[in-house]
Amino acid sequence: MTLEATLLIAAAIFSVGLYGAISQQVVVMVMMGLELMINAVILAAAGFWWFLAPAPTGQVLLLVVIAAMTLEMAMGFAVATLLHRERQADMTDMATDLTR
Amino acid sequence: MVADIAFWGLGLVAVISGAAVFYVDSMARATYALALSFVAVGLQVLFLQQNYVGVVTILMMVMEMAIMAVYMVMFMGMNPALTPMSMVHSNRTAVATAVLTFLVLAAGILLVDWPTRRGSPPPEVTVSLGEALMGPKMLVMAVISPVMVATIVAGVVLAAHRTRYDRFGDDLKQRTPEDPQRGGVGR
Amino acid sequence: MGELALVQSPGVPDSPVVTVAPGWALGAVAILGALVLVAGMLDGALSARSGGGPGVGASGAARPFGEAARLMRQRRRTTVQADTLLWRVGGAGLVVTAALMVAVIPLGRWTIFDLGVGVMWFNAMDVLVWALVWLTGWGANSVHSLVGGYRFLAHGLGYELPLMFALVAPAIAAESLNVGTVAAVQDGLWFAVWMPVAFLVYLLGVAAFSVWGPFAPALGSDIAGGVRAELSGVDGLVFETGRYALLAAGAAFSVPMFLGGGAGPLLPDWAWVVVKMLAVLSLLVWLRRRLPAFRPDTFMEVGWMVLLPAVLVQDLLVAVIAVWRA
Repeated sequence: MTLEATLLIAAAIFSVGLYGAISQQVVVMVMMGLELMINAVILAAAGFWWFLAPAPTGQVLLLVVIAAMTLEMAMGFAVATLLHRERQADMTDMATDLTR
Repeated sequence: MVADIAFWGLGLVAVISGAAVFYVDSMARATYALALSFVAVGLQVLFLQQNYVGVVTILMMVMEMAIMAVYMVMFMGMNPALTPMSMVHSNRTAVATAVLTFLVLAAGILLVDWPTRRGSPPPEVTVSLGEALMGPKMLVMAVISPVMVATIVAGVVLAAHRTRYDRFGDDLKQRTPEDPQRGGVGR
Repeated sequence: MGELALVQSPGVPDSPVVTVAPGWALGAVAILGALVLVAGMLDGALSARSGGGPGVGASGAARPFGEAARLMRQRRRTTVQADTLLWRVGGAGLVVTAALMVAVIPLGRWTIFDLGVGVMWFNAMDVLVWALVWLTGWGANSVHSLVGGYRFLAHGLGYELPLMFALVAPAIAAESLNVGTVAAVQDGLWFAVWMPVAFLVYLLGVAAFSVWGPFAPALGSDIAGGVRAELSGVDGLVFETGRYALLAAGAAFSVPMFLGGGAGPLLPDWAWVVVKMLAVLSLLVWLRRRLPAFRPDTFMEVGWMVLLPAVLVQDLLVAVIAVWRA
């Protein structure tokens, strides 16, 4: 158990999540990719805290990350529901209104 | 030694089940592979002595994935069971980006001369987290709370298709709401 | 950078309980098994008395044995395109979850796993049940069992938040998330006495995560047995054992949380814990036939508009009293 080991595992999880977020077509699958990336951030932050600076206040960052994840889920599901109701869309390619 | 092996094993489980999310053919399997990845990371966080954060991660993510599975089945435009499927676009770019990201991160991780540890962990990690949240870091909680409330409101507004006019009539005079399905407390 | 020595024990400084050797986990599982058996026999006796009909196999207190023998001889059925992996994980996971819950429950002065955040641990384990029951329903690839799985999730959305906030109350009063500490601070006055709402909601939550009594529509006969519709043979036995084990673990956890742990006259503390466990478990088994079923489609509103505010007010009172006493 070293900082490097923890960070390497986190980097691997992050890369897998990034692959999913870029490549997946279905909105909910894209959200799973994002979740995986945040998962990696949790692990990395926990590693930094324990191996570099175990100050009492450091863990607050982890709670912020977890909160960010719940917000991402809640808004993601709301938008997915809306997209599905308004235009029967479940793919990111069907909701490209904001691209050029 | 045993702790080392367990830590690496959990890391392996986290990465492999994370990759399985985008490989398996079933929505339920994909969702619960992600849940397994989260559980493995939560246990790793326990190894890093942050008991509260680790257990909270497991708690929240298992719950979230139980709900996620329902959404997956609901919003997949195809058979969500064991049928083979490939729903990807620009796969090659994605793989290249992911590999490149990992290489850059790994190079950084291995090449940076990490500083040595400063300070030592507090005797009761969970207590110190609570005291930090209710003391010097209270602003964090004070900010997260309204953001959470705003998210709840925004989520309901986006997802609900019936407004109060549908429920209480055009002049909002109706006493009992007219819902397609009645609630449990006599409404 | 060098390796950092890992502090092996996740223990708590000046914890009131003693951590025993890991081998005693077998003892804890044995106690859990005994509780399951007692609950099964009691349920059999009660259902025989209420004239539950002649059913298949043995009835009365011998029913768990007869049922086990019948299910062990039954041939295992499968369905077309079943997701066997997830199906088995869901069915077998309930027993494992109950065992993991029991790990943090102290028996008098002894505990196996003196985790600083034991209350959260228990809560995380009861959330696992959401996943496991739904997976059991999903894996069979059958309409009725999937409907059962969705019914359980619908109940889950209603009961989980009140259950969480019910667990918060003793933790606030004890100023600790450690189960042993929560039990130790209740000398004289049990938490069940001065936080009755939290205790009742907790018991309701236990019934809910065991898919028991009023929360049994997920296994309802109107959908051919719901989640367990396609379970047969050993799988059915393991699933049922898991339900009883969850009920027993929930009853056991209420002892350190609300009923003063091992406090009591004459008997040693471990014996008191066992007596209280049996009392709560019997109450839960008896209540099975006394309460009407909660409809999954309407229970959410009951949970969020009645139970949740009630428990929040309870938490507020507990917090005010805790501050006032300090």
